[in-house]
Amino acid sequence: MKISIYRYDPDKDAKPYMKDYEVTPEHSDNMLLDLLVRVKDMDDSFAFRRSCREGVCGSDAMNINGKNGLACTTKIADLPEQVTLRPLPGLPVIRDLIVDMTQFFKQYHSIKPYVVNHDAPPERERLQSPEEREELNGLYECILCACCSTSCPSFWWNPDKFVGPAGLLQAYRFLADTRDQETSERLDNLQDPYRLFRCHSIMNCVDACPKGLNPTRAIGKIKDLMVRRAV
Amino acid sequence: MTLPVRRFDAIVVGAGGSGMRAALELARADLKVAVLSKVFPTRSHTVAAQGGIAAPLANSTEDNWHWHMYDTVKGSDYLGDQDAIEYMCRRANEVVVELEHMGMPFDRLESGKIYQRPFGGHTQNYGSAKMAMRACAAADRTGHAMLHTLYQQNVRANTQFFVEWMALDLVRDPQDGAVLGVTALEMETGEVSILQAKATIFATGGAGRIFFASTNAFINTGDGLGMVARAGLPLEDMEFYQFHPTGVYGAGVLITEGVRGEGGFLVNKDGERFMERYAPNAKDLASRDVVSRAMTTEIKEGRGCGPHKDHVLLKLNHLKPEDIMHRLPGIREISIKFANADPIRDPIPVVPTVHYQMGGIPTKYTGHVVVPEGNNMESIVPGFYAVGECACVSVHGANRLGTNSLLDLVVFGKAAGESLIKDLKSMPSPHRNLPRDAGEISRARLARLEGSSAGERVSDVLLDLRRTMQAHCGVFRFPEDLIEGVQKMKSIADRAGRTFIADKSKVFNTARVEALELDNLVEAALATIVSAEARKESRGAQARADFPERNDKDWMKHTLWYKDGNRLAYKPVHLKPMTVESFEPKVRTY
Repeated sequence: MKISIYRYDPDKDAKPYMKDYEVTPEHSDNMLLDLLVRVKDMDDSFAFRRSCREGVCGSDAMNINGKNGLACTTKIADLPEQVTLRPLPGLPVIRDLIVDMTQFFKQYHSIKPYVVNHDAPPERERLQSPEEREELNGLYECILCACCSTSCPSFWWNPDKFVGPAGLLQAYRFLADTRDQETSERLDNLQDPYRLFRCHSIMNCVDACPKGLNPTRAIGKIKDLMVRRAV
Repeated sequence: MTLPVRRFDAIVVGAGGSGMRAALELARADLKVAVLSKVFPTRSHTVAAQGGIAAPLANSTEDNWHWHMYDTVKGSDYLGDQDAIEYMCRRANEVVVELEHMGMPFDRLESGKIYQRPFGGHTQNYGSAKMAMRACAAADRTGHAMLHTLYQQNVRANTQFFVEWMALDLVRDPQDGAVLGVTALEMETGEVSILQAKATIFATGGAGRIFFASTNAFINTGDGLGMVARAGLPLEDMEFYQFHPTGVYGAGVLITEGVRGEGGFLVNKDGERFMERYAPNAKDLASRDVVSRAMTTEIKEGRGCGPHKDHVLLKLNHLKPEDIMHRLPGIREISIKFANADPIRDPIPVVPTVHYQMGGIPTKYTGHVVVPEGNNMESIVPGFYAVGECACVSVHGANRLGTNSLLDLVVFGKAAGESLIKDLKSMPSPHRNLPRDAGEISRARLARLEGSSAGERVSDVLLDLRRTMQAHCGVFRFPEDLIEGVQKMKSIADRAGRTFIADKSKVFNTARVEALELDNLVEAALATIVSAEARKESRGAQARADFPERNDKDWMKHTLWYKDGNRLAYKPVHLKPMTVESFEPKVRTY
C-alpha cells in the first residue's frame, strides 16, 4: 500500500510537504494505526498521537483520504490502495499529524462542562429515572477527538466565536441532565449570533463522528429550548 | 547545564482517575498545584475501563462492606493488606456517591438509584453461592464516564494541567531521601525543566505494555515505576500481573467481565460451558486468575476453538438483543470492529490477555510511599505519595477483583490528597534547596540519545522485551522459562542502553519519548520476571508449574525488588485489618 503523509517539522522544514511510504500490511495488521506504527519503524521522525488503539481515548484523529476519523478504528480492508493522511483541518499544526487543540478545548471549557446543582448533596445518590438517564445517551460518549469540529466549515471560519459541534453536543449533555440546575444560565451562555447560531446544519459533524454521535440533533434540541424559553 | 526550575506546593504526575481525584482534593485547599500528563487528561487509560466500579450500595441485592472486604481479601489470595482493604471497602459508598454528585452518568434502576451488576468474585455473605450486585455501571463505558467526570470537575476547580509533559526522573534530597519534585520534558518544545514541590504524588499507571498481548494502551509504559527504580526505591509484588480472561483474540482489546455479569459465558470447541468444571458455584464469574487458567488449560488440552485451537468463545447471543445494545453497546462496537463478530449473533473469540499490574510502588493506605529503613519495613519517604495502578497499597494482593481498580483510584486518590494537605501544614514554608546534581540522571539519559549516531532501533528492543515477557512469564510459569527469561531480560536491559534514534528534533519528538519510555519498561519488566522467578509458590496471578500450591508458611509476604543488582527483599503482609477480625487464609475455591 502507498501511504502519503503530510510532514512538517518546524525545527527543520521551511514548509510542509507530502511524503510517500510503501507499506506491506502483515497478517496481524487490522487497522490503519497498525500501518502508522510500521511507518514509524521505517522513519522514526514521523510524529502522530496514539494511545488506547480501540477508539475510546480520542488521540489518533486525523484526516484520512479527505475525511476525518480515528486511525485505530479505520480498517485497512476498507481503505483504497492509495491512502493520504493529513492533520485535522483548521487547527494549527505542531508537527506532522499533531495539531494544536487549544482552541478546541477552550470552546469545550466555555460551555461549563460539569453538572451544577446548588442543593446540599444528599447522603446517597441523587435519583434519576432510567428514562431521564436515557436522555444522556448519544451525548456523554464523546471522546473529544475533534473529528467533528474540525470538519465543520463554521468552526473553520470562527473557531474563536463558534462553540463547534463537539462543545455544543456537550452543552446539550448538561442541559439534558435532570441533576443540573443551570438551564437558564447555559442558554444565556449560548445566546449570541455566533456561539450556537453559526451552525447551519451542514451535518459534516455527524458524518465525521467515529462514535456515531449526532451533534446536529443536539444543536437542534438546544435551539428548541431557546425557542421554548422565548415564547 | 542547569535546568530551569518551576516551584509548586504540590505536583501530581499523571492525570488518569487517581491523579485527577487527588488533584481535585488539592484544588479544594488553597495550594499551588501542577498536574503533569503525557497525554490530554481524558486520553489516560482509565478511559478504557468498562464494566463498573465496586461499591456495596445494595441497590439490587443485599450487600455491605464486610462482604466486599471478604471478597477482596479472598480474591487477593490473602496477599492483600487487610488494613488497606478495609479502608477501601469502608470508603467505597462515599466515593461512588460523590462521583454521582459530580455528575457521572451511571445507569439507573427503576428506583432511580445507580444500576449495579454482578461481577467475578463478588458474593453475598462471605463467599456464598449467591452473587452480589456490586458493580456500579455506566453501560460498559464506566471508565470513560468516570474519567470525563473527574476532568470536568477539575476544569470547574481551575486545576493547572501541564498537558503533554512527560516526567523523567525523581529529584531527591540526598540527606533524608525526601522527594523534591521531578524533571520533566515538555513534548511540544523539547525543553526539560525541574518541577520542584514540597509534595509529589505519582499517579502514573501500570506497565502492561511489557507484555506482547496486552489490553493496555500504548502509554502504559510504567513511567513512575522506572523513575522510582532509578531513584533507588523498591517496587513491590511486581510478579503479579493479571491476565484478563477476555481479550479479543488477535487484537488484545478488552471485553469486559460485565458481559459475563450480564449472563454471557465461555465455551470450548465442543460448545461446552467449561467453567462449570473449574468453578462449580461461581462458574464464569469466578475470579479472573481462575478463569484465565481454566481457559489456558482448555486450549493446552486441545479443546480450543478455531483452526489453530488457540482461543475460546465468549457467547452472549442467547441474551436479548436490546439488552446487549443497552447494557453492552461498547462491547458490541469493539467486537464488530476488532473481531468481525456481532455478539447479537456470533460468539466473540477471546484469549487471556495481560490487563493489570497488581504490584507497584509500595505505599500505605494514606497514599504515603513506604520503604524499608533499618528495622522499619515501612518508613515513609518524605514528600512522596503514589496512587492508582502504579502503587501497591496493597488492596489487590496477588489478584484483583473486577471493578476494584476504579474504586482503588478514587479512594486512594482522595486519601493521598487528604494526607498531602495535612502534611503540608507541618512543613516549613520555603522549599528545600535542590541538590547540586538535581536533574543529572535525566540530563545524561537525554544526552545519550542526542549523541547517539548508531545502534539498535528502540522498536526492535521493545519488541524483544514484550515477546520475552510473554513467552517466559505467562499465565502458567515454568522454572526453566523463568530462569532463561531473567537472563534474556538482563541482556535486553543492556541493549536498551545502546539504542539509537535518528530524529533529533526539539519539537514533539515522539521517537525520543518512546526511547525514554523504553527505559521505564525495562525496569518494570526486570522487576516482574526477577520477582516471579524468585517466588517459589503459586498464588493468585502467579501460577508456577513446579510449585502448584500456595505456600503460606514461606511465601505469605510481599516482594520488594531493587534495581541495584536486581536485589530482592521481603516484608510481611498486613493480616490485621483496622477494626474488624482478620480473614484467615483458606483454600480458595469458587
